[in-house]
Amino acid sequence: MAIRHEYTRSLNRLQDEVLILGSMVEGGINDAIHVLEQRDTEGARRIIDWDNRVNEKRFAIESSALTLIATQQPAAGDLRIIAAILEIITDLERVGDYAKGIAKINLLIGEARLIKSLEEFKIMAADACQMLRDALDAFVHRDIDLAKQIAKRDDDLDEQYNQIFKALLQLIISDTRVTDQATYLLWAAHNLERTGDRVVNICERVIFMVTGQMIELNGSVEIKDMPTLQD
Amino acid sequence: MSTNGTPTSNGKYALDLQDVHCYYGSFRAVKGVNLKLQEKKITAFIGPSGCGKSTVLRSLNRMNDLIPGGRVEGRILFRGKNLYDPDVDPVEVRRRIGMVFQKPNPFPKSIYDNIAWGAKINGFKGNMKELVEQSLRSAALWEEVKDKLDQSGLGLSGGQQQRLCIARAIATQPEIILMDEPCSALDPIATLKIEDLMRELVKNYTIVIVTHNMQQAARASDYTAYYLMDKSDRAGELVEYGETDQLFTNPKDKRTEDYITGRFG
Repeated sequence: MAIRHEYTRSLNRLQDEVLILGSMVEGGINDAIHVLEQRDTEGARRIIDWDNRVNEKRFAIESSALTLIATQQPAAGDLRIIAAILEIITDLERVGDYAKGIAKINLLIGEARLIKSLEEFKIMAADACQMLRDALDAFVHRDIDLAKQIAKRDDDLDEQYNQIFKALLQLIISDTRVTDQATYLLWAAHNLERTGDRVVNICERVIFMVTGQMIELNGSVEIKDMPTLQD
Repeated sequence: MSTNGTPTSNGKYALDLQDVHCYYGSFRAVKGVNLKLQEKKITAFIGPSGCGKSTVLRSLNRMNDLIPGGRVEGRILFRGKNLYDPDVDPVEVRRRIGMVFQKPNPFPKSIYDNIAWGAKINGFKGNMKELVEQSLRSAALWEEVKDKLDQSGLGLSGGQQQRLCIARAIATQPEIILMDEPCSALDPIATLKIEDLMRELVKNYTIVIVTHNMQQAARASDYTAYYLMDKSDRAGELVEYGETDQLFTNPKDKRTEDYITGRFG
């Protein structure tokens, strides 16, 4: 017989809120690339404002999670769900920051024409967003196999980033006047690459939530510690 | 069927329960418990009513002998000797393995006599005043009662009475202290005082505590044993035994998980 209805409802509600936050930041990444391609500075400003709502949502979830801990004394699997959520929302909120970072790049590029098509960026964004959706599926369905498989896909994302890096470098070599914009675009690609790393973190938390094991999945990329605009 | 559980530890074992079954008449209340209790650690017994945790606790100092029809099968080794061997004196067992009960039960005598009495009965020949002070200090009660040792123990608050009972148990210089829901009649502050006291006492004694309060087990114990009644024969059995940190964050058995997350019903 199931008991603790209200507590169980609160715990379920908390997980629903994580999905809402996840869907917000996924939309943010897609929008940021779209708006960049369209050279839509108004849209970029909208995304920068929108990020505040992401932050507020994250704090609201954190606050609910802390209330549950303080008032309901969750243990075992329940406690691991809440601990995982506290980590996952931090990663999601950072993905929101990456979207905002791309929007800021948009403003930095300003009125200038793009030096290159954003096709690869769009593919990268779509892949990162698909990984994010799948990670949240793994979270909902407690699917550790899916979580592990998503982490492997991060290698693809890293490779795409490397390709963009090389292409932009090539452009700089052939015409140094594009250096500024090429660097901005590299930051944008880097934000997409970092989104993949955040998704891998989420996958690690899903595995912890289900098994209690804290393991490090792959997801490292050779070029690390590039400055991001929101830093 | 026996349930095994012994967390890995480099420490010594204070008590070693080997395939222990407890009976009340023809009714088997507890079955097949295998459990090694770590020396100078706090072990909590948890589980729903009727799971046999108090029965196991009482078997550890032969308190069940006092219940008509009470009987224990299997072996409970203490210092290499089975507590239930025919040549073992149960009174001596209860001196070396003391018990503190759910409801504080001081004697209707002075605070001083509450401590001195038990020690005298047990043939204590040393300096009684020192023993009383030492016991009250160990039970974190000395500062509160040192000026009224001749007053009745019954005049103390519930929490103080329980600490008096702990002091009384300590005065017979036991090695193990069994506590049967020692805080269930106390308010939260008195409860936390007892838990702090347990932390002090465990430096010198092995403590086994039965508690209905899972947060107390989580807060105050080093190891936790979870018991549950097997519905098929209504006998209590040990489901899981492990380090408290581990058991409360990642229990191995689904039944333990259901209980500690409050979904047992």
